[in-house]
Amino acid sequence: MRQLIRQRESAGPALAEDEWRSIEDDPTGSSRALIFPLARWQSERERWWLWAGRLGVRIAPADRVETLEHDLRRLALVAIEFTGPSEGRGYSQARVLRDRFRFGGEIRAVGYVKLDQLFFLSRCGVDAFELAEGIDAQRALAALKQFDVAYQPGAVNSPPMRHRVSQ
Amino acid sequence: MYRYDPIDQALVDQRVAQFRDQTRRFLAGELTEDEFKPLRLRNGLYMQRHAPMLRIAIPYGLLSSHQLRTLASVARRYDRGFGHFTTRQNLQLNWPKLEDVPDILAELAGVEMHAMQTSGNCVRNVTADHLAGVAADEIEDPRPWCEIVRQWSTLHPEFSYLPRKFKIAVTGAPADRAASEVHDIGLHLKRDAIGALGFEVLVGGGLGRTPIIGKVIRELLPPQHLLSYLEAVLRIYNEEGRRDNLNKARIKILVKSLGIDEFRRRVEAEWERIRDSALELNWREIERMRSFFTPPPYEALADVDVAAGDVRFMAWYRYNTRAHKVPGYRVVFLSLKAHGEAPGDMTCEQMSAVADLADRYSFGQVRATHDQNLLLADVRQNDLQELWRALDRERLATPNIGTLTDMICCPGLDFCSLANAGSIPVAKQIHAHFDDLDYLYDLGEIQIKMSGCMNACGHHHVGHIGILGVDKHGEEWYQITLGGSASEQAALGEVIGPSVPQAEVAATLQKIIDVYVEHRFEEERFIDTVRRIGVDPFRERVYAPAHQAA
Repeated sequence: MRQLIRQRESAGPALAEDEWRSIEDDPTGSSRALIFPLARWQSERERWWLWAGRLGVRIAPADRVETLEHDLRRLALVAIEFTGPSEGRGYSQARVLRDRFRFGGEIRAVGYVKLDQLFFLSRCGVDAFELAEGIDAQRALAALKQFDVAYQPGAVNSPPMRHRVSQ
Repeated sequence: MYRYDPIDQALVDQRVAQFRDQTRRFLAGELTEDEFKPLRLRNGLYMQRHAPMLRIAIPYGLLSSHQLRTLASVARRYDRGFGHFTTRQNLQLNWPKLEDVPDILAELAGVEMHAMQTSGNCVRNVTADHLAGVAADEIEDPRPWCEIVRQWSTLHPEFSYLPRKFKIAVTGAPADRAASEVHDIGLHLKRDAIGALGFEVLVGGGLGRTPIIGKVIRELLPPQHLLSYLEAVLRIYNEEGRRDNLNKARIKILVKSLGIDEFRRRVEAEWERIRDSALELNWREIERMRSFFTPPPYEALADVDVAAGDVRFMAWYRYNTRAHKVPGYRVVFLSLKAHGEAPGDMTCEQMSAVADLADRYSFGQVRATHDQNLLLADVRQNDLQELWRALDRERLATPNIGTLTDMICCPGLDFCSLANAGSIPVAKQIHAHFDDLDYLYDLGEIQIKMSGCMNACGHHHVGHIGILGVDKHGEEWYQITLGGSASEQAALGEVIGPSVPQAEVAATLQKIIDVYVEHRFEEERFIDTVRRIGVDPFRERVYAPAHQAA
């Protein structure tokens, strides 16, 4: 099982229990918190909409966040997939979710998620990090605090930080 | 010039600590070569033919004498005593040791310098007109805006993993001295009919495999919206730029495939959503940035007649100095194109000497130009003789600025692992062939730009004469283009025909020059003759059978 770090406004980043399951692993929804791949969500949306549990969707780099616009009020989580060390679309996906659609649920980075991406992800509004295999959680927590200054305003709801542009 | 405040300093210091940790993890085997690559690249570190190459950022080409002295000392301690100035106003060290790089960066941080984003798939060091603040034709000083862009783009959390590199150039005058039309974004400061300031925004220019001149995406952007507009362009590019093929990943390919109108529509739609956000620049911040670039304390002087003097001085005055907007002052170019030297190279002794000269004669500041020369921007005309003698002693007074031997040249096969062919040996060959200064002066302004491969670091597409090194069955051959220009109304050169072997490059140029001399009207520049008569007469001469050419 991969380790999960969550960043909460009040408490800062910390290791967290992952109560979410993917629909493939938990087809009956016993976890009461299910993540669907985007295509499956789109074909089964009506069936699950009034289900009692929490719902999440996993998107790939080429997926457009706009396709989820009308679903976001039902979703408690969007998982953004990173496929390698140079994949950068997920950063924009997170920004659009937070800033344009004001998505208030969990945005979780999954897949190729390693130390050197964490700070940027956090500034873009990602607040949960499913670490890739072999990544030390304590060092991941430290990586999130590598900088205490930034030149850019962060995404809506990203952790507060000294920054310049909007002074 | 801009000075760091505690926020700037903290950011650079924390970046050094981060890179130190990344280097340590790589050397300890915790990061693979593939994982370390994008991390080191975005900090200016390449693995080259002989050793790593470290590219140090000189934001918009501006250096204090103190910073230049530090560069000299870094080149002396960690390298082989010299550095190479690039076409994007940066400095490359060709022989540092990987394990020393964090220490080098820490020293640079001590003088408000860094190597952030001088390479990698991110927004690169922003460049500007090297005559900013002193050119008579200037509408607005671009440097405060460059600094605003530099800060916004530095460690940008959303745009640090772009499909490909992204270069921005800013100009504030009608004459384009920053090659802005061949940048991913070119920003031109302009004023509208009532005198309000704005940016003409060009997008999708670039060289490399697919050279394209940038297209206007917005006629006049209100300056307070600069960052939101850039952010909109970058977001569309980050989302939609191709990532499946490295050679088709630049924004120019996206703009070309969508068409400028559709690309503009998408950018403007995004911009509408984000323009009224924290990215809007308030006037207090703009004025704060402007306050760093106020004119130095010029003396009230009259222009003096420097026409008397020795012949060598007069040649230098004519070719290596330019008019200054303040009476009694002159702009002085330091030629890094001395005979026998690799274009753009400078020894640490020369750097130290120039730092002293800058303190003495030019308010302690030095500029790097995109033509790979240096410049002292504010020299009293009365000091020119003295300054010339000092520069002459340092071999920095070759009076060839703007002439055929003031070549732009990449490091080529001698250093670069991407190159197909050498550039420096060819530059030396051209220098040796065209060594008669009077002849060069008679030929007038000719820009030769040379790249050792199609990545076009030497900007060959926009040289009046472009030279591109190609590999032909393991031998170095050179393809020649004519008619390119990086100035306003930029143009791409036309290939004249099959490539020529290395040994024949200078002789081929001689044939081209001969055709020019035969066809030119009295004072007509080379580029204007090429534009008037086309490339055919040149082509015919170069490829004529030997018995006819004689």
